[in-house]
Amino acid sequence: MNNATDRIEKSIVLRAPLARVWRAVTDAKEFGSWFGVEFNGPFSPGVPRQGKITSPPEYAGFTFEVAVDRIEPMRLFSFRWHPYAVERGRDYSKEPTTLVVFELEEVPEGTRLKVVESGFDRIPPERRATAFRMNDQGWGAQMKAIEKYLGAKR
Amino acid sequence: MKGPDAARSAPVFAALGDPTRLRLLARLSSGGPRSIARLTSGTRVTRQAVTKHLHVLAGAGLVRDLRRGRERIWELEPSRLGDARRWLDAVSAQWDEALERLRAAVER
Repeated sequence: MNNATDRIEKSIVLRAPLARVWRAVTDAKEFGSWFGVEFNGPFSPGVPRQGKITSPPEYAGFTFEVAVDRIEPMRLFSFRWHPYAVERGRDYSKEPTTLVVFELEEVPEGTRLKVVESGFDRIPPERRATAFRMNDQGWGAQMKAIEKYLGAKR
Repeated sequence: MKGPDAARSAPVFAALGDPTRLRLLARLSSGGPRSIARLTSGTRVTRQAVTKHLHVLAGAGLVRDLRRGRERIWELEPSRLGDARRWLDAVSAQWDEALERLRAAVER
């Protein structure tokens, strides 16, 4: 495992009480409202849930599955999913998942929220290349530009 | 782009500054790994010329060859770490945006 490519870590301090942040993160409806997804039921450990992306508009309608892992009230919430699963028609079910862990801690200013997503090194490289192409960067777009240029010169 | 970056990129630009080499890259990109025979078919470029161009591209780190049995297959250099890093940056940016929306929701 390579730390530089395997995980993403975020830490923010929110000016809101711990209980408020806990609800925003673990209530499937609330989670959906800020994440931009609609889930088909509440989060519960071991229960897979389908989510339908509502925002951003270019990915709206895509569905993905989250498998809730741990719910430790007011402290920790974790689930597994397929990161960046926004390629139309691709079957992600056989691919490895990443683990997303939310950790909450009360601080004088409010609540510190830490988010760690890990396991990216196990995601197939060609999938990263695709996601990367979808950002309109990288080889795919470069090659299209070159092909166009060559076509025009022919 | 300055100093080491520019120095590293110079061979890449030199390698790309040739229509035959650009065409080879385009074929490897759209068709996946190929042998020299397959890269040569349908073109007027000789095998020797294609081989020479592929070596220039390899020298710039744009392609690499792998042996498959008795054949030598050429493919685009995937530069995995670079791609992986940029992919992760895209995922990371999504988290930043999502967490700012979370902030707006709970700090109201």
